Amino acid sequence: MSAPAPDLQSLYRQIVLDHSRHPRNQRRPEHADREAEGHNPLCGDKVRVYARLAGDSLRDVAFEASGCAICLASASLMTEAARGRTLPEVRALAGQFENALESGGGTLAGDLAALAGVSQYPSRIRCATLPWKALIAALDASPDTVTTEPMSPS
Amino acid sequence: MTGKTTGMHHAPQRGDATVTPLDVAAIRRDFPILAQQINGHPLAYLDNAASSQRPMQVLDAIQHYYTHDHANIHRGVHTLSHRATDLYEGARETVRAFINAASVREIVFTRGTTEAINLVAFSFGQHLGPGDEILVTTMEHHSNIVPWQLLCARSGAVLRVAPINEAGELLLDEFVQLLGPRTKLVSVAHVSNALGTVNPVKAIVAAARARGIPVLLDGAQAIAHEAVDVRDLDCDFYAFSGHKMCGPTGTGVLYGREAILRDLPPWQGGGDMILTVSFSGTTYNDLPYRLEAGTPHIAGAVGLAAAIRYLTGIGMARIADWEAGLLAYATAALGQLPGLRIVGTARHKAGLVSFNVDGIHPHDLGTVLDQQGVAIRAGHHCAMPVMERFGLAGTARASFAFYNTTGEIDQLVDAVRVAQRMFA
Repeated sequence: MSAPAPDLQSLYRQIVLDHSRHPRNQRRPEHADREAEGHNPLCGDKVRVYARLAGDSLRDVAFEASGCAICLASASLMTEAARGRTLPEVRALAGQFENALESGGGTLAGDLAALAGVSQYPSRIRCATLPWKALIAALDASPDTVTTEPMSPS
Repeated sequence: MTGKTTGMHHAPQRGDATVTPLDVAAIRRDFPILAQQINGHPLAYLDNAASSQRPMQVLDAIQHYYTHDHANIHRGVHTLSHRATDLYEGARETVRAFINAASVREIVFTRGTTEAINLVAFSFGQHLGPGDEILVTTMEHHSNIVPWQLLCARSGAVLRVAPINEAGELLLDEFVQLLGPRTKLVSVAHVSNALGTVNPVKAIVAAARARGIPVLLDGAQAIAHEAVDVRDLDCDFYAFSGHKMCGPTGTGVLYGREAILRDLPPWQGGGDMILTVSFSGTTYNDLPYRLEAGTPHIAGAVGLAAAIRYLTGIGMARIADWEAGLLAYATAALGQLPGLRIVGTARHKAGLVSFNVDGIHPHDLGTVLDQQGVAIRAGHHCAMPVMERFGLAGTARASFAFYNTTGEIDQLVDAVRVAQRMFA
């Protein structure tokens, strides 16, 4: 076992490893218009997403998180993909991302495509979709903590 | 478990004619599930603390039961019902002998350890009132925490928690100091599922019983790994699961000292637990049936008895010795990896190693290991207070059974190295 199996490299693509080691926009902004928390209690992933709005667009998006490499990389890639977009575009992107991971459908544009391999790992999909669900909750001004875990015992 | 462990006797062994220590290759032929490739690698099943695997002898016993002997028990006048009843009650006797209980009246079949503890919390718990105390430790599994929290919410009782040290050992002096006039029950793990610590259960029981306080031992992680003698332990309750000892899921046992079981109010009502039912009043059955409402998991009991015969056929002392060897080997092999920290370094440990690797989240490690055929558990192991105590989100945990080999531990270590290179 001198090298990772090829399918491992499809999960932990170089760009994913890079974003997990050096997450972009991992900070708490001085001022946020919206924020929401995502928590998967079973696996422990926790992410808090902050959004600054300018009219109908997402002027800035940042996060704080503790979690696995997939969750951190997904949050980091999300901030880069979503920043500067209109809110309808962000929602559409979130839907595409969730669809691509949960049903393997459609294609993901840009760096987000690096996470497409997660769809092959059913137990890890929830790690990647958690930041997006938290972002949408922030845009919805939802006061509740969101989760991508099914109701499961711990 | 390393060295001398407390409260365990070495059961008579039927399998001593075979080689010593263990003919693991022969044993593994009894477990076809182990002989498979996972993601292109031989399976190294190191998640036995979550659930063990079953030998063909257990599967055959269940198959044979359903194929030839099944009917409902304790009520039919026909031959199959007698056969099924004999098998079910025979299984109870097999369990009794396995843990050296004084009587089959002390053996209550349950769905598992969790249900056994809930039974005590519900039934024995009816004796508790506001201000009464239940004492547990920081290292308990959630199933030995939440039933008591529910009881406290119902009764106004208070849950007290005895602390552990950095090695994951119970602080016995502090534990004893927490035994007070209001302590009505002590409930502690025999072996910690998250840390591997073997608790000084005989000292715990002695301290509690000297004050007239009954003790429940959660034996889920001990029962398959050393011979357990409930009379030597002198505990009042002992709970364990079938599926962690090569038996079927959905089976378990609550041992209860007869003198204490006799005073337990029923907890579930239904058939089998009654003598007579009338709308003017119902009378309850004798022990242990009073605590087993409804048609039980008959085939499960049959399978559990087959598992016990299998384990005792090998010999619990030899199983313990083999697993102690695996623990020592794994501790040394994992310990030499830079950036790997073992969590739980008690002097007396069972065959499991909880660990963290710098820069790799336990779930990422679990995924990378799985891709190399190595099955471990990653997460909080249903022991969140332990993780909180050590300031961790979770750990990776490799846990061993008598069918594991040092070769599988080498596979684990190699797989961790691959993960370290990936995440470097």
